[in-house]
Amino acid sequence: MNTFLVVAASFILLMVALGLVRILRGPGDAERMMAAQLLGTGGIAVLLLQGAGSGMPAAVDVGLTLALLAAFASIAFVKSAARSRRDGSQITDL
Amino acid sequence: MGLGFEIGLVVLVLGLATWTIVARETFAAVVGFATYGLLLALVWVRLSAPDVALTEAAIGGGLTGTLLLGAAARLRATEAAAAAERPGAQLRLVAAVLSATVTAGLAAAVLFLPDPAPTLAPAAAANAAATTLGNPVTNVLMAFRAMDTLLEKVVLLLALVGVWSLAPDRLWGGHPGPRHEADPQGAFAFLARLLPPPGIVIGIYILWVSADHPGGAFQSGTILAAMWMLVMMAGLADTPPVSRRLLRLALIAGPLVFLLVGLGGLWLGDAFLAYPVAYAKALILAIEFPMILTIAVTLGLLLAGPPERERER
Amino acid sequence: MRLVLDLFTIVTVSAGVFFFLAGTVGLLRFPDALTRLHALTKADNLGLGLVVVGLLPRADGVLGALKLISIWLLVLLASATVSQLIARVARRNVSA
Repeated sequence: MNTFLVVAASFILLMVALGLVRILRGPGDAERMMAAQLLGTGGIAVLLLQGAGSGMPAAVDVGLTLALLAAFASIAFVKSAARSRRDGSQITDL
Repeated sequence: MGLGFEIGLVVLVLGLATWTIVARETFAAVVGFATYGLLLALVWVRLSAPDVALTEAAIGGGLTGTLLLGAAARLRATEAAAAAERPGAQLRLVAAVLSATVTAGLAAAVLFLPDPAPTLAPAAAANAAATTLGNPVTNVLMAFRAMDTLLEKVVLLLALVGVWSLAPDRLWGGHPGPRHEADPQGAFAFLARLLPPPGIVIGIYILWVSADHPGGAFQSGTILAAMWMLVMMAGLADTPPVSRRLLRLALIAGPLVFLLVGLGGLWLGDAFLAYPVAYAKALILAIEFPMILTIAVTLGLLLAGPPERERER
Repeated sequence: MRLVLDLFTIVTVSAGVFFFLAGTVGLLRFPDALTRLHALTKADNLGLGLVVVGLLPRADGVLGALKLISIWLLVLLASATVSQLIARVARRNVSA
């Protein structure tokens, strides 16, 4: 059981890595912003599986924090990208 | 099987770090750095250090990334000029040799550590009865090395004053940062209304469990700061003027209570910051609650930056 | 009982991993930002959701199970909103 969970975690990690390769290479800021999203969600999934597989209930707390802060990071990136596009004037219909 | 997972994680982290360094655009590099911080939290969990993982997820991910973005935005005018100067081949060679030497030194230090490595962890764990708390990390931070924690909070405050001093004289005491605007009916405002309430609950929960389980005041304060920043970035609330009395009270509440409890220990007990065993847990909690308020407000203001708009009279 | 729960966990987590795979394949193969965003959110919602459901039998009591579910709900909320915002920025970049 624990082995299965660790294998599942490794697989999701691989998926995240592949997704990252694409995103970080992709042209445009939208792709880069998706990196934080993907890493946040994939990272949480890996964390939960890893925590369940090695018997660490605190991993769920780390997952909660990660969920909140990844959302915050993504928002900050979007805000910054929205601002820089128009050389100062803000996009106000976000 | 776990080894494959660890190797994959290491490769991913190193790859992301390399990409952060070679990225051409500042925005891309900052995104890489923030995601690198999020991944590092996974590494810490793998190393069975959930308290550090919490701090890494909180600070190393979202908050530092936002701070760097703010700095990059302020530097945008000079970015073209900075990119045009490329250091000569000789300088880069010297830099490469220095970096390699430091890396070799660190690797040697880690690899040639005596086995088992010298550590105070068993002593800290053995003395847990001094505070009746179950989490040895909290014991070390709030009891055995409480002096360091107190001084760290004062350093945070000094950093904030340093940031404020960057404002022009006439703007001293004004509102930090620009006035953020967002459609009050839009998606962003929606998130900023819905996310902070559970976020605040989770932040306080992380503090509450730190007595016996992984958690802590700093992580808790960081989560609260992020929620506050979210509300401000969505334009639902303006940044408070830094001369407001209530704000300044919140900024000193944490270190002040800490100092008072410490002096109380000197007067009623054995030494500065000594806790009588019967009241240790209550005293530590009494210190930590004002402290998360201070940390949240300090980090939020550090991210907002120096005052940029005058306070309306 | 234990065996049934373990089987449930294995099946559900495998389904979750499959959705992560599908999301990543979409991310790699789709032609532009908006379609890639679509693929990404499938991994978010379904992938993580199934993993969370699969881990519920192994959760640390009622509080642990509640924490797992609230992680999923928070990620749902955040990723839905952030995807909207990213899409608007992406569309603006294309048309600007």
